[in-house]
Amino acid sequence: MEAEVQEIREHLRHYPPFDRLDPQWLDQIAARTDVAYYREGSTIQEYGEPIDNLRYVRSGAVEVYRHNGELYNRIGEGDIFGHTGLLHNRRVRFPVRAIEDTLLYLIPADVFDQLCEEDDQFADFVELSGPRLKATVEQNERENDLMVSRVRRLLTRSPVNIEENAPVHEAARLMTEHHVSSILLFSKSDPDDERAFAGEEHGHWRLTGILTDQDLRARVLAAGRPGDTPLAEIKHDRLITIQSDESVYEAMLAMLRNNVHHLPVLHRRRPVGVVHLSDIVRYETHSSLYLVSNIFNQGSVKGLSRLMPDVRAAFVRLVDDGATSQMIGQAMSSIGRSLIRRLIELAEEELGPPPVPYCFMVNGSMARNDQTITTDQDNALILDDSFDPAEHDAWFAALAQRVSDGLHACGYPYCSGGIMATNDKWRQPLSVWRRYFTEWIDEPDPEKLLHSSIFFDLEAVHGEERFVEQLQDLVAERASHSPLFLAALARNALNRTPPLGFFRTFVMEKDGQHNNSINLKRRGTAPLVDVIRVHALAVGSRSQNSFERLDDIVKANTLPAGQADKLRYALEFISMVRIRHQAYDLKHHHAPDNNIEPENVSDGERHNLKDAFQVLSNAQKFLRFRYPMPTR
Amino acid sequence: MSPAAAHQQRSESTWAAFFADQADRCRDPALRAFYAAGLPAPDTPLQDVPLMALDFETTGLDVHRHAIVSIGVVPFDLKRIRPSAGRYWVVRPPRPLDEASIRFHRITHAEVARAPDLDEVLDEVLAALAGHVVVVHYRGIERPFLDAAVLARRGERCLFPVIDTMRIEARQVRAGWWNRLKGLFSARRTSIRLADSRTRYGLPGYSAHHAKLDALATAELLQAQIARHYRPETPVGELWE
Repeated sequence: MEAEVQEIREHLRHYPPFDRLDPQWLDQIAARTDVAYYREGSTIQEYGEPIDNLRYVRSGAVEVYRHNGELYNRIGEGDIFGHTGLLHNRRVRFPVRAIEDTLLYLIPADVFDQLCEEDDQFADFVELSGPRLKATVEQNERENDLMVSRVRRLLTRSPVNIEENAPVHEAARLMTEHHVSSILLFSKSDPDDERAFAGEEHGHWRLTGILTDQDLRARVLAAGRPGDTPLAEIKHDRLITIQSDESVYEAMLAMLRNNVHHLPVLHRRRPVGVVHLSDIVRYETHSSLYLVSNIFNQGSVKGLSRLMPDVRAAFVRLVDDGATSQMIGQAMSSIGRSLIRRLIELAEEELGPPPVPYCFMVNGSMARNDQTITTDQDNALILDDSFDPAEHDAWFAALAQRVSDGLHACGYPYCSGGIMATNDKWRQPLSVWRRYFTEWIDEPDPEKLLHSSIFFDLEAVHGEERFVEQLQDLVAERASHSPLFLAALARNALNRTPPLGFFRTFVMEKDGQHNNSINLKRRGTAPLVDVIRVHALAVGSRSQNSFERLDDIVKANTLPAGQADKLRYALEFISMVRIRHQAYDLKHHHAPDNNIEPENVSDGERHNLKDAFQVLSNAQKFLRFRYPMPTR
Repeated sequence: MSPAAAHQQRSESTWAAFFADQADRCRDPALRAFYAAGLPAPDTPLQDVPLMALDFETTGLDVHRHAIVSIGVVPFDLKRIRPSAGRYWVVRPPRPLDEASIRFHRITHAEVARAPDLDEVLDEVLAALAGHVVVVHYRGIERPFLDAAVLARRGERCLFPVIDTMRIEARQVRAGWWNRLKGLFSARRTSIRLADSRTRYGLPGYSAHHAKLDALATAELLQAQIARHYRPETPVGELWE
């Protein structure tokens, strides 16, 4: 291969979609690539002109515009443009201008066509927006199989090995040096032996046994054997192993069945590590199920607050296990609700039984089942209509205080907007709540709704669930018949807009301005949730979770075909980026937040985020048109 | 006649006449064809001129003592550079390659030992250049080395106008009273070497010292220079020498 082809290929292979192509494809592309230089400020392509190659930015930067002159994207090294034109009658769709001196690689149209034809991943990437995001989200779902956690996940280091003819003191020395409680024994082997594997240094080896701390005690010291005893002499006759793709559960059963605490893990015939019983115990403690049952075993707020690290570990583990945002949101919300229930139980033990029936309600993310790790508390109390403030409120105020303080102690900070049952206004009988909701819906005022929209995500946590259900019914029936309310809600859903995308280490706004970081909740998930809520209330949906709301919207058939799916993929993708970054922060002992710096966003994520932001932006435009302010 | 004297004798306006004359006079068929392909008129706008970036790697800088090791050509015009339509040849120099230049070129002894003498690929090289205006970075290498090699093998001269990106760069960075003044007072002059020149136009760094890659790099540099300092309508005669 000639040097310049090599040079082109080397550059291409670091950037999507080329980074996932077969090497043969890369060779073929690089060998056919042309080059062109454009000076800063010059026009590279104009609307409607013929286009016969895909353009790849080798160096410099360009701006991509819509036909109407609006800025569509700013892209730099490693990005492509012109694909939309190639896919649409070979005419330029988006005009492009060089904003820096720019060197382009030009990939001929026939190579592009062939790539689209033969490589699905490439085709998905260049098909604008929908398919790319969809493919990514679906692939993530396929690749991860949450229900089965493989035993290889538990391995933290490669095994320590020794030849079985070595003396036992050498094994003890190696184990001490590496801080391990077991060592694997090997012997030279015939390559034809069905248990043989090729070693790193030449030759074939066979795993013959495992020596543990316990063996050193029982089989060496207690048996009075000298330190120079060959390991082969003291090894167990039987060796229990497990394949690395077996489940953690299988590993646990193997240990129980054979009464061993160490299990060598093999990938085919090659040992890749050793699991110890304690690894399995630790793993199980971080399961959300275990955590929930543990919450109900705690006898004090202090005990509950000590579970905080476990909550975080459970979150990280769900992310590592490849759970979807919906699964993670569900698990984290369940944990939060269990915490509230336990706090209420503890409070009732002290305060005595409630004077009148009540329901403890949660709002916002916990009601929507999409909590992550950084979340404040949003809750309220709905009391029976027999409630008499003078007589009963002291009890409920005390309950609210205990729950709220308890949540705060457990890492769910007080709500800055005061949406808490400790606030008199949000500790009211059902009839008052009905009046609140009726007023919000019948006399909507965008200003007032801004502070109360959080109540339109509501779920019972403890007590008389029917109270919340009645309010949900009221909302579902009334909201869909109130164009004014929907219009006001829709208008509020436009307050927070997504950025255009990323450019180098910046977040790029629609007006071309740059920012250093982006709050993915404020600029991504929250406005998407807002948009989905408006559509859901318009079709009378009683669901609270955004994905379930989307299902209801699809059934009602009120959106143009494919819209709901696009919203689903966009929400899932942005949520997962946010969640993954929070998990990353936790793993690296940073305080997790919703802010993401572009330098921490991979190239693949950038493209998908850009698409997801576009989906949100389009959805907001549609919202304005679909729910106009009625003229009185 | 020395190449320098030959150059002096043929002022730019007579390149066409020289080519026509040589096409008649040369006995070597490849050279005849090369000259017969002719040249664009000096007033042809650059945007209409087929260009060919040419780069040699040699065993040294002295045309009398050193020889060509590899040749890279990349055809282009002001709109597009076509490395895929370019060519690359390794040739065996008459004198053995010393260790230093091997490290420099990353061409191995084995590669050179297997390579043909320039004479065997010369027809192809001339055919590739024919009909194009040749572009080099530093005119002191490719033209004299090729001329000497052709003279030694075919007994006839091979001369042609070249556009020299290094000269263009020198004119830009060293022109004007301010730059001359800076040159007087500063110890270091602005570098006009290929890699440094490219940096000034935002062109990426390549792992240099491969004839075809350098030819590509030269083509990119000329596109950038024309985009910044000239116009696509500039007559080619203004740039070649």
